[in-house]
Amino acid sequence: MSSMDVTNLSRNYFRKMFAEGKRFDGRSNFDLKEVQIEYNISNKAEGSARVRLGKTEVVAGVKLETGAPYPDSLDKGNLMVSGDLLPLASPRFESGPPGFDAIELPRLIDRELRESGAIDFKKLCIKEGENVWTIIVDIYPINDDGALIDASSIAAIAALKNAKLPGLNEEGKVDYSREFGEKIPLNEDIIPISFTFYKLGESLILHPTREEEEACEAKITFGISKWNGQYMVNSCQKGGKATFSGKEIAKIMEILPEKYEEIIKNLGNLLK
Amino acid sequence: MTVKRHDGRKADEIRPMTAKVGVVPNADGSAMFSFGKTVAIAAVYGPRHLHPQFMQNPSTGILRVNYDLLSFSVAERKKPGPSRRSKEISKVTEWALAPAVNLEEFPNTVVDVEIYILQADASTRVAGINAAAMALAHAGIPMKTLVSAVAAGKLDKELIVDVDKEEEDFREGEGATDFPAAKLSGRDEFSLLQLDGKIQPELVPKALEMISSACEKVYEVQKKALKDFIENPEGGNGK
Repeated sequence: MSSMDVTNLSRNYFRKMFAEGKRFDGRSNFDLKEVQIEYNISNKAEGSARVRLGKTEVVAGVKLETGAPYPDSLDKGNLMVSGDLLPLASPRFESGPPGFDAIELPRLIDRELRESGAIDFKKLCIKEGENVWTIIVDIYPINDDGALIDASSIAAIAALKNAKLPGLNEEGKVDYSREFGEKIPLNEDIIPISFTFYKLGESLILHPTREEEEACEAKITFGISKWNGQYMVNSCQKGGKATFSGKEIAKIMEILPEKYEEIIKNLGNLLK
Repeated sequence: MTVKRHDGRKADEIRPMTAKVGVVPNADGSAMFSFGKTVAIAAVYGPRHLHPQFMQNPSTGILRVNYDLLSFSVAERKKPGPSRRSKEISKVTEWALAPAVNLEEFPNTVVDVEIYILQADASTRVAGINAAAMALAHAGIPMKTLVSAVAAGKLDKELIVDVDKEEEDFREGEGATDFPAAKLSGRDEFSLLQLDGKIQPELVPKALEMISSACEKVYEVQKKALKDFIENPEGGNGK
């Protein structure tokens, strides 16, 4: 189906359905899409993964570079998250300078990864004050059928878990002719995942399809992880012109850990 | 438990606020707002003709927000021109203000809101939102209510409001969480919610309560500045 704005007629119908807890694909409002992970999808990347969330598909690749540290963190490596909404993935995406969605997606993933503590930045230091690793995570949607941020967050942590440090030459620069070393330093127990709640009328839904997502009036993304045995919200961003009440946020805070456990359970050994 | 803040503030204490309307005399509406050393100014132009034309909406006017730091407002000079950060903040600020304004009477037009930070000591986006909401009211744009904003935070295990730069850089225990939020004044409607850090889900509603009561104090300051202007328009820079 080609791109067309959602008509008021379908928006009203979605509003009525969500209020009754119904969706076209038979799920109820907070039911998740089926998730699949596939590793090593590009052998030139230091780590890579493909994530399918329903019909949405995202690929993420990790590359590593060495260089001088930032002056305010001489003993720490760096993280850079980037990506683009390729016109390949949706009739809505256009080539050219990044629009707001293309700017927001990597920034949200960056914040969720960074704040969760999943990456051990100190262990990314090669020589203090001189040479440190920079992890670059690039995220590209292959097919956008909604919930891109949520799919991207799984693809990003999966690609990181899959990544190994490349060999270094005498000058401390990456040398791909040498053997790869250990896995990149992660805190194995910390698995940050984002959930974006979409709002239409008074109803909230999770893991929307593209059509559902376009019908909604606001969204709010939460990155959640477990840190020292406690659930931690690491990032949040509200989008769209509608507002959220305190009660709605409190409800989301109750659902969030449940949904986090559900997805971790569904992924089982896939995200180890 | 009480938090020890470096400037001696209580957990729910906001830095001294100042607000003034009419700071850009030739704009249709303008205001400044400050939280301690963080100073924001905002100007509103419109409703006016919208270019490019394809953005025009025949059913309503639109709001267009631009936020940025002036190059000298931060310790390390900020390269002039939009960054990814400023583009993101511009957009979330637009979403924070949009639910409060009603532009249906002005189809095909735009209301431009320009927000600049003169001096940054954290909480810049929320200071910008407070200034912008006052500037919109000053410009006579039809509004349901004002928008009031504040950044809550968490230092290790303690919730606080109105985070400054030193607090933003706190690294002990659970570290610092920055939680900027905006509310439609007097309503249970949050129009901006952002967060960075580590906060237990059960603490989020508590933080929202602190934000709500802080926003009421912000609202009083905004209202007073607008009233002062109406009673004494020449007291400001005039309009």
